[in-house]
Amino acid sequence: MPVDPSIVGRSFPRTRPYPVTAEGLRAFAAATGGEWSGGPAPATYPIVMAFEAMNAFLEAEQVELHRIVHGEQRFTYERPVVEGDVLTATLTVSGLRQIGGNDIISTTSEVTDADGALVCTTGATLVHRGAAAGSDA
Amino acid sequence: MSLPSRTFTVTRADLVAYAAASGDHNPIHQDEAVATAVGLPGVIAHGMYTMALAARAVADWFPEHEVVSLGCKFTAPVVVPAEGGVEVLVEGQEKPGDDGTTTVALTVTCDGAKVLGVPRAVLRPARD
Repeated sequence: MPVDPSIVGRSFPRTRPYPVTAEGLRAFAAATGGEWSGGPAPATYPIVMAFEAMNAFLEAEQVELHRIVHGEQRFTYERPVVEGDVLTATLTVSGLRQIGGNDIISTTSEVTDADGALVCTTGATLVHRGAAAGSDA
Repeated sequence: MSLPSRTFTVTRADLVAYAAASGDHNPIHQDEAVATAVGLPGVIAHGMYTMALAARAVADWFPEHEVVSLGCKFTAPVVVPAEGGVEVLVEGQEKPGDDGTTTVALTVTCDGAKVLGVPRAVLRPARD
């Protein structure tokens, strides 16, 4: 089922506050074979909040996660994420194109801290593979 | 200026650990049957996993800098076999900007093929 074009411009409810802990940072770094021992979080770490926001969006739109392939991702930082931050993400659908049975969904998530200050803006392009598009990968 | 290239090995166990740490439990990164059913060649690494490797290389190259921006396209899947692993090569070219920033143009390949499109990081000296 194609994604409803009227979602463009819509913002979804902000995610629950997400505490950035040393344990979480170590686990995230270790999962990619690295180490975190203080200092800034890995640069892709805000994907944790952005992904939660994306999941809520996909659920609201009844899009199945396994039909989603990641097309593009970018992070723009106001400041690094550090241990002790409490972050939330607010996702806005910024664009939608339909090409060859696939939906190309552009999203922007603003990640803010406990004071409401912007920490990072992260943009994602998601490719929603339509049911008929399975064999053209 | 070329930066020293880095090679990372990715296994299916890494993808399971990454799913838990990131919250991305998309089965195409763990389950061969689901991945092939949606037309993928097999279990593929999270794009964000590969991007995290690129970010790791950048952080190792520039420990005294912080990231202003980091972005890429996911142009080809990194297929991870059930046994052993697959190698991802991260290379970088450093270019100083006029405004005190440093741009790192990355090349990320798997088996000689580029897997990220125009991966690029912009850095600035860390502020204390």
